[in-house]
Amino acid sequence: MERPIRVLIAKPGLDGHDRGAKVLARAMRDAGMEVIYTGLRQTPEQIVEAALDEDVDVIGLSCLSGAHNHLFPRVTELLREKNATDILVIGGGIIPDEDIPGLKEAGISAVFTPGTPTSVAIDFVKENVKK
Amino acid sequence: MTSRGLDSNLTSAAAGAGWAERVVHGDRRALARVISFLENEDLQGVDTLKLLYPRTGRAHVIGLTGPPGAGKSSLADKLISELRHGGKTVGVIAVDPTSPFSGGAILGDRVRMQGWTGDSGVYIRSMGTRGSLGGLARAAHGAIQLLDAAGFDYVLVETVGVGQSEVDIVRVADTVVVVAVPGLGDDIQASKAGIMEIGDIFAVNKADLPGSKRVITEIEMMLDLGMHPYWRPPVVPTVAATGQGVADLVKAIQDHYAVLSTADRLRQHRLEREKEAVLLRLGERLRREILQAWSADRLSELWAALAAKEIDPYSLEDKLYHRWKGA
Repeated sequence: MERPIRVLIAKPGLDGHDRGAKVLARAMRDAGMEVIYTGLRQTPEQIVEAALDEDVDVIGLSCLSGAHNHLFPRVTELLREKNATDILVIGGGIIPDEDIPGLKEAGISAVFTPGTPTSVAIDFVKENVKK
Repeated sequence: MTSRGLDSNLTSAAAGAGWAERVVHGDRRALARVISFLENEDLQGVDTLKLLYPRTGRAHVIGLTGPPGAGKSSLADKLISELRHGGKTVGVIAVDPTSPFSGGAILGDRVRMQGWTGDSGVYIRSMGTRGSLGGLARAAHGAIQLLDAAGFDYVLVETVGVGQSEVDIVRVADTVVVVAVPGLGDDIQASKAGIMEIGDIFAVNKADLPGSKRVITEIEMMLDLGMHPYWRPPVVPTVAATGQGVADLVKAIQDHYAVLSTADRLRQHRLEREKEAVLLRLGERLRREILQAWSADRLSELWAALAAKEIDPYSLEDKLYHRWKGA
């Protein structure tokens, strides 16, 4: 049986803008994925614990507050601590181009900024999830 | 972390033994992974359950069902809170619908249950229905057994938002709480068969809204017309947003369990459920086997013939059955 890819879409930090996260969640649903949406204002600790309890393949982080350089690497750091680096982590939101290399170095596999078609993120997930 | 696939040197039974050991010792990652096995019909899941089955039967399984937007998840959150205050541990299975078109799902029940990360006494798992129509996920039954064996005192099962007849929750829960809200219809709705018959407790949520007193009265009147040999379902007004009435709801849930636990009722109730589950799985297994006697191409020809009305569905059923029977 072809199992659906499970994705946790999370909003770390304090911004309340979740339109982008919801649009992507919906597109992923339509691409046959099971999307767990956890709501606003989650700490990296909460996100990682939910991801492990839900046994997801992917964590999608959305941040529009500018705190991505702090919050995103904290998620990957916690995943390393929990020996769960098989979970793919992607990020999105208002993220300046010059921050992207640093985020990738920290273990964020891809960063999708405004204007990216949802299909690009979906294809990336399908190709990079460890089966 | 172990890979998702099976180590080629390991049989699924041996792997199951390893998983069972980890689940019993409170390893949440193992618990989470075995639930995935059950969902994905990976044999390691069932092989784990085979070993853990003797440890089941200690948890009180509570079902929460009701229409979409009635406040099931919010009420679940408040129930967890109340049970945790009493020092009890709670495992939660929250089911949301899988799209019949894409196979995908938005599982959003966790949004209402955000406060429990970091509490090792609470485990929450979201599940998609994946084609199951009775309001639960196909793997829900196994996942409940797993949480039970893992030692949770309560297992809370939240169904998808249901309409009138999705009553699978009675097949897995000891106590069914039907969550009703004002504004969804008159007393004829309350008299209909289906979910209004399966409640051991009725929670009238959003009880601060106009019309809630009428709903309470209608449900009470519906209940008064029925026979209740040992338990007459109480109707409990709640406001999940504030927690009002939740202590009363927990009290009702515990009272129901106490009544069930006397006179061998619980054991009989659970035996009926397990029997039914065995028969259901047997039916599914037979159907799979019957269909396996045909190649995929030949099967699609048969479906095409059915669509073209070259064969009627009853003769098609005979044909499929006799091929397997004769084989």
